[in-house]
Order: sequence, then C-alpha cells, then structure tokens
Amino acid sequence: MTRQMTGAQIVVQALKDQGVDTVFGYPGGAVLPIYDEIFLQNEIRHIIVRHEQAATHAAEGYARSTGKPGVVLVTSGPGATNAVTGMTDALMDSIPMIVLTGQVPTFMIGNDAFQEADTIGITRPCTKHNWLVKDTDILAETIHQAFHVATSGRPGPVLVDIPKDVQFATGSYTPLNKTKVSHYQPRVKGDIDAITKAVEMLEKAKRPIIYSGGGVINSGVGASQLLRELSDATGAPITSTLMGLGAYPASGKNWLGMLGMHGTYEANMAMHDCDYMLCVGARFDDRITGRTDAFSPNSFKIHIDIDPSSINKIIHVDVPIVGDIGHVLEDMLKIWKSRGRKTNAPAIAKWTAKIDDWRAVECLTYKPSDTVIKPQYALERLEALTKDHDRYITTEVGQHQMWAAQYLSFEGPHRWMTSGGLGTMGYGTPASMGVQIAHPDALVINVAGEASWLMNMQEMGTATQYNLKTKQFILNNERLGMVRQWQELLHGSRYSHSWSESLPDFVKLAEAFGAKGIRCADPADLDDAIMEMLNHDGPVIFDCLVEKHENCFPMIPSGAAHNEMIMGEDKTEDAITGAGGALV
Amino acid sequence: MNALSLKKGASKKSAYDLKNPLGDTIETHTLTVIVDNEAGVLARVIGLFSGRGYNIDSLTVAETDHEGHLSRVTIVTTGTPAVIEQIKAQLDRMVPIHSVHDLTVEGPSVERELAMLKVTGTGEKRVEAMRLADIFRANVVDTTLESFVFEITGTPEKIDAFIELVRPLGLTDLARTGVAALARGV
Repeated sequence: MTRQMTGAQIVVQALKDQGVDTVFGYPGGAVLPIYDEIFLQNEIRHIIVRHEQAATHAAEGYARSTGKPGVVLVTSGPGATNAVTGMTDALMDSIPMIVLTGQVPTFMIGNDAFQEADTIGITRPCTKHNWLVKDTDILAETIHQAFHVATSGRPGPVLVDIPKDVQFATGSYTPLNKTKVSHYQPRVKGDIDAITKAVEMLEKAKRPIIYSGGGVINSGVGASQLLRELSDATGAPITSTLMGLGAYPASGKNWLGMLGMHGTYEANMAMHDCDYMLCVGARFDDRITGRTDAFSPNSFKIHIDIDPSSINKIIHVDVPIVGDIGHVLEDMLKIWKSRGRKTNAPAIAKWTAKIDDWRAVECLTYKPSDTVIKPQYALERLEALTKDHDRYITTEVGQHQMWAAQYLSFEGPHRWMTSGGLGTMGYGTPASMGVQIAHPDALVINVAGEASWLMNMQEMGTATQYNLKTKQFILNNERLGMVRQWQELLHGSRYSHSWSESLPDFVKLAEAFGAKGIRCADPADLDDAIMEMLNHDGPVIFDCLVEKHENCFPMIPSGAAHNEMIMGEDKTEDAITGAGGALV
Repeated sequence: MNALSLKKGASKKSAYDLKNPLGDTIETHTLTVIVDNEAGVLARVIGLFSGRGYNIDSLTVAETDHEGHLSRVTIVTTGTPAVIEQIKAQLDRMVPIHSVHDLTVEGPSVERELAMLKVTGTGEKRVEAMRLADIFRANVVDTTLESFVFEITGTPEKIDAFIELVRPLGLTDLARTGVAALARGV
C-alpha cells in the first residue's frame, strides 16, 4: 500500500530518498508548507541565504565541488525570477541542480495573483526541463524524475513548480524504486568503430594534442584518472578549457596550461599547429576557438561528448564520438593497449621539443613592482602559500578570474569552481559558501574583483551565520578591469563607466558583518597578510589593493586566430580592429 | 587532413562565421517529431527554434496516440545542412521528445497539406473558379450565390499553384493546415 502524505511531506521525503543533505533556499508565502516540514525534521540541513540568486550559486558551488546535484528551494514570483541567473549559469556550465519553487494555488494560476509569475514559461529556456505539478499524487514521481534528468547525460538545472494547494493536499508517495523508468536515457557507451578510428589516428599522430573540458569533470573522478593515463601513456600534450582545469594535474609533465582567449602561448600555438586533436568533453566555445575559419587548420579532429548537439555545432570534426567521457576513454585505452600501445614516439619527441620552445617564451611573465601589488603577484603568493592546503577556489568574473586560471594550479577535479559559460558577476561569493558547506574543514577561497564581489556581498551575512570560514580574496583595482581592458583595446581608451566609485571600506564592511577584514597595499606586507587570512578561523574579507591599469595577457584578440596572440609587452591600444570589434 | 579546407586568412569575417564543410546551400527539410503530449511541449519546440534562430516554414501538431499521450509534430524548416543537423540534435536531446526523423533524407515520404479558400464573385469569374477547382480536384464545402469555400488537399506546391490561379478570381480568405507527412513503405 502506498503511503499517504501531504504534498509538503512528499517533497521532503523525496529529497531524503534522493540522498539530499543540504538545501539552499529562502522562504515565502507559496512555500510555507514545505518550510514547515523542514522545520519538523533534522535530516536535511537548510541554508538560509540572503537572496535567491545566491541560493542557486551556492547550490552550484556545492554541486561543482562534490559532483552531487545542488538543491534550491524558493518561493513563487520574485523567488523564482531571482533564481533565473543561477539556473542559466548552471545550464551553460552543465551543473546538476534541482530548483523547487512554490507557486500560487492551482485555482489562482493565470489570475495575476500576488507573487504569481509564469515560472515554467520564464525558466523553460534556462533549464534542461521543468515541470508544473498540479496533482499531489504525481509529485513524488516528478521530483524523482527531476533528479534523473538533472544528473543523466549532460547534467543541468531542472525546476519543479509546486502550487501551494498541491503542497497542502494529501496524496500517495511513490518511492524511488517504484518510479517508472524514464524514456530519457542518454547514451553513455561510445561507438566502438569510431573509438578504434580515433586510436588508429593517435598511433600515427606526429603532433597530437588533447583538448579537455568540463565534461571530464562532470563524468566523475574516474574520467580524470583515465585522462591522465591516456596523456601520460601516449605522451600527448594536454590543454584544458577554463571549465576543465584540474582534470589533468597542473604538475603533470604534459600540461600546457589553459587554452583560449587568455590561455597560454604554448597551449594555443600547439592547438594551431597540431595534426591530431582529441577534444574530450569540451564544446569549441568562442573563447576557445578564436576565429573559427583559422582554427587548427591542419588537424584531424576527434570530439568526445555526451551531448550530440555539441558535435559539429561550431567546428566540423572528423570523428564524432557520442558518449560519456569515462566510458569512452576506458574503451579508447583498452583498444590502444590491445593494439600494442603504439605511438609515433620520434615525431612526438620533436613535437614536445617544439612546444618547449613555445614554453620558453614564458607568456605569463609580467613586470614586477616593489611599490604596488601586481594582481599576478598577489595570485602567485596566494598559490605559494596555499597550494599544500586542502584547497578549493571559486572566482567571480573578469580579469581576476583569468589571472586565477593562469597563476593558480589545480591537481585534481572539483577544486576549481568558476562561472565559465555565462560569466556571471556575483557568482563567486555564494558559490564559495556552497563549497564550504560541502567541505567544512577545507580552505575555500573566492578570488574576486571588487566590482563583481559587490554584486552578492549580502551573502557575508550567510557566511557569518553559519561560520563559513571562506576567504574573500578581493583583487581591488577600483575598476571593472576586463571592461576597462576592452575599452583600451577597442574604444580608444574611453573608459565609459568602468571604474568603481564610492567603494565601501572593505575592512569595516567585514566587521559590520561580524567577519574579519584585512587590507594590504604593499607587496612587502602581502605574505604576512595572506598568512593572517589563512590563520583566521572564520570568514575573512581580504582587500588587496592592486595595480589599477594592469591588463590580462596573453590574449587572442576577438576575431583573431590562435597564432595571433598579443603578449604583455605588445602595443595594445586599439588592438581589436575590424570585424573583431563586433564580437564580445 | 584539413577539416575546413581553408587557407589561413582566407576570410576576414567574424570569428563566429562557420565555414560550412557540408555546403552553404539552403535546403528545406521535413522533420517529424514524436513528443509527450504534456502541457507546454509545443512551447518548448517553438522556443528552441526562436531561441536559436532557426526557421519554421510550417508546423502541425496533434495528439496521435491517445493512450500513450504522444503527439506528432511535423516541422518544415530551412537551413544549411549543418544547421539542419543542429536542429535535429537539439530537438533530439529535449526530455519530452521521443524521436526525431528527417523525412527529406530518410528515404521516400508523402507530404500533404489541406487548405480552405473562400472565393467571392459572380458571373464568369465564379464559373472559372469552379472550373479550376475541378482541375485541381478541390471540393466545394460551402456555397452562397456569391461565394464558394473550396477544400483542397495536396502537396504544398499544388496548393500554392491553386491559390495563385484563384487569387485574381476573387480569393478573399485562406486557411492552411501546414504539412503532415509520413515515410513511405513499412
């Protein structure tokens, strides 16, 4: 016999059955019955944020650092609309997330009721799928289905909209094992013929490169292991997108650093000149390819992706392999080994030597200073002083994000949580809190710019409430640095609205929130200040006053090819010309 | 092997320009999509097309399996071969979509559309309209002393041809269903 419960009880029971331990949310009229049930139990921990957007980013931080789906609970109307940015962010970066929204009662839907919004309509394009549940009897099944969709295939956010009368009404609870099997079952095993072709070409490749992305991270820790094995065993150099950092260790011998617009010289040159490209769970995003018609013109391209729509979307590839990265890499290694572990070793040795020449350019060199903290220097010191910690890094969006990707190193997956596809300023602070909740004893640092940081600074309240000892490491240049850089490159250095006026005193702000504030302006004091931050057992806002006009290099200007990078010492004014100016 | 078959610097165009190795000709394809007949499913399909800038030339939808709550959506769309491939892949990954078939490339198929045309007039024009309807095997489904409503079924091209011939004879109203299509054979 099925168990009878109220809709609100069904929600909490379904979450428990799904193994949820943490929910990020904010109450309101249309979710009160669910909040009442949360009050009456202790298994699921609810984290009360200060803004619904932050709930979604915190859930992203939780999901990105654990591989488990993040769960969000918000009310109807403004609660749901505030969650839109985080859902779009999760959709772009393929992060599993379940958002539960309250809705006005079914008999009031369509009447412009108080706090009513067409949540399903608004979130249709920013979720993988969404459901409006009008019947308590199908609520449990819908929530189980939502978890299945969010975590299967290419992960993503889903939303379940639950009217208030459905929460109050009594219905039957369908347990997880009684839920009918969804027809949504993305393919995980790759085509063996295609994989064999990929191996054949790899055996002959003279200038191979592996270009990996966030799909490797999403596929699980095993996929990262297999990726390492493949690169190390074949000697193929490896680069990664922003989303994929950590899948291959930065200390690994074949590591080229990140590629793309602010990637390393060696990674981009190798991408341009390779004759064999194995794209593993990346999607040829415009930040990666630069000018598509000049993208890696002489390579044989293989693309492994679980989402068929990513294949041939931007770059036409020679061998598409649709499947889960872990499964495909496992098969690929198996086939390569069974065929006798062949590589074109002499050619690869020459290729590696060529890459070493590119490495010798030392593209991340910057002009040091004794008087002012260079942002790159700040990150180098942060790296040196924290790399041996159990460390997780989140970022906001902008120059600091690119510098963090360049100067911090990641040895494993799930350690680097950044808003890649959507580029959401205000993401990092709440994300760092989600990470800290999942890893209470770890060192969690949000590398931020002051402008991005202000966008969700109210979450310092959440940090102090739960004593989340996240370190908000703000590279404060009193500028919207990346906007300013583009204005220099493209708009004749007319810095239209790209500076931060009337900034708060971050140290006093920290104190106002009950956190610790540290300010540092002198390179000589930086190490001590960072140590002070690390030694404080609680949330810290670190106001690091840095050089105001530093540009982020190297850079592929928009509309240019991988071998047309501009380096730190090049002339930059109006460096973006022609059609490139129309791009973002 | 050069996947793009392009010389470096061959184009000064935008970085987003996709030099399409499959060809740049615009093709028309008829797609048939089986979907769960749940609330909002049509909005999802249409939203995909508008959100990603694809074309819809015609779209028909109705529940075809009442027990399984499945609907068949028939979409006529245009684009380069690469865009058509993207459309199919994007449709296929949507959760409520069970299958996507491209009738244009998957062997022979039959396509039919129904149209109703109101032609008003008297005298010779009225007689000529009736004659044309006869030739095109259109049926009269309503008449007054000054008007006919014709019903015609056929390929969209046949209906286009009939409309153009009848237009000067007093075509005052027109309704078309859009294309329904099925693959031939078993």
